[in-house]
Amino acid sequence: MAVVGVAAALAVVLLRDVFRAALSLVLCFLSVAGLYVTLSADFLAVAQVLVYVGAISVLIILAILLTRDVTQGSPTNRLRFPAIFVAVILLGLLTFALTSTRWAVSTAPPLVPTTPALARGLLGEGGFILPVEIAAVLLLAAVLGAIVVVREK
Amino acid sequence: MLIGLEHYLVLSAVLFCIGLYGALAKRNAIVILMSIELMLNGVNIAMVAFSRYIVPSLLTGQVFAIFIMVVAAAEAAVGLAIIIAIYRSRETIETTKIDLMKW
Repeated sequence: MAVVGVAAALAVVLLRDVFRAALSLVLCFLSVAGLYVTLSADFLAVAQVLVYVGAISVLIILAILLTRDVTQGSPTNRLRFPAIFVAVILLGLLTFALTSTRWAVSTAPPLVPTTPALARGLLGEGGFILPVEIAAVLLLAAVLGAIVVVREK
Repeated sequence: MLIGLEHYLVLSAVLFCIGLYGALAKRNAIVILMSIELMLNGVNIAMVAFSRYIVPSLLTGQVFAIFIMVVAAAEAAVGLAIIIAIYRSRETIETTKIDLMKW
């Protein structure tokens, strides 16, 4: 699963064809959903498939088809080698920091299923009810803003 | 080999760095948006892994991951709308050619 995900992510940034890059992005999202299943986050896996694979990929493919720049491929700009340098340095630093830290790993078994506990955490007493409502307003504002931006004058 | 917290964290770091390279080095604005989605997915994996291994009964990391998904959806909608609007007025989405505000 992890190998498929990393290979698909590499294909997204390395393929020259924008449309194929978008399709391998879908594969990467699916493998991330599989990783959520192995982490026993069942609700999040379903939400990942619905939101990313279902909605965001369709939006991206629609935008690619609408802009007709597919013929030019996805070239890199002149910052390519500094970007590789920065990414590799950051990856080394992160890997060192993550593997040398002693995490306080708990041995308790994971919750199965997670949906009731998530609902209690999001909507229940002392939960995240205010951020949930703010997220709803944010989504409404984003949809209205997108409509206003693309509207024909 | 037993798969532990570190493996998931290193995988999320790898995804984040691939996305960072794409966001820094690409010229097509849509590919830059796709790379940003990759970075958000890497962070989400780290959140869920922390939630699973550090506080398995509280699920706070998963709540964070849900909010990140909401923000990612809003960002994709607005970002693609802006890209389409720019394409209509300037006939290109290459970030090196969109230099209206460059001095």
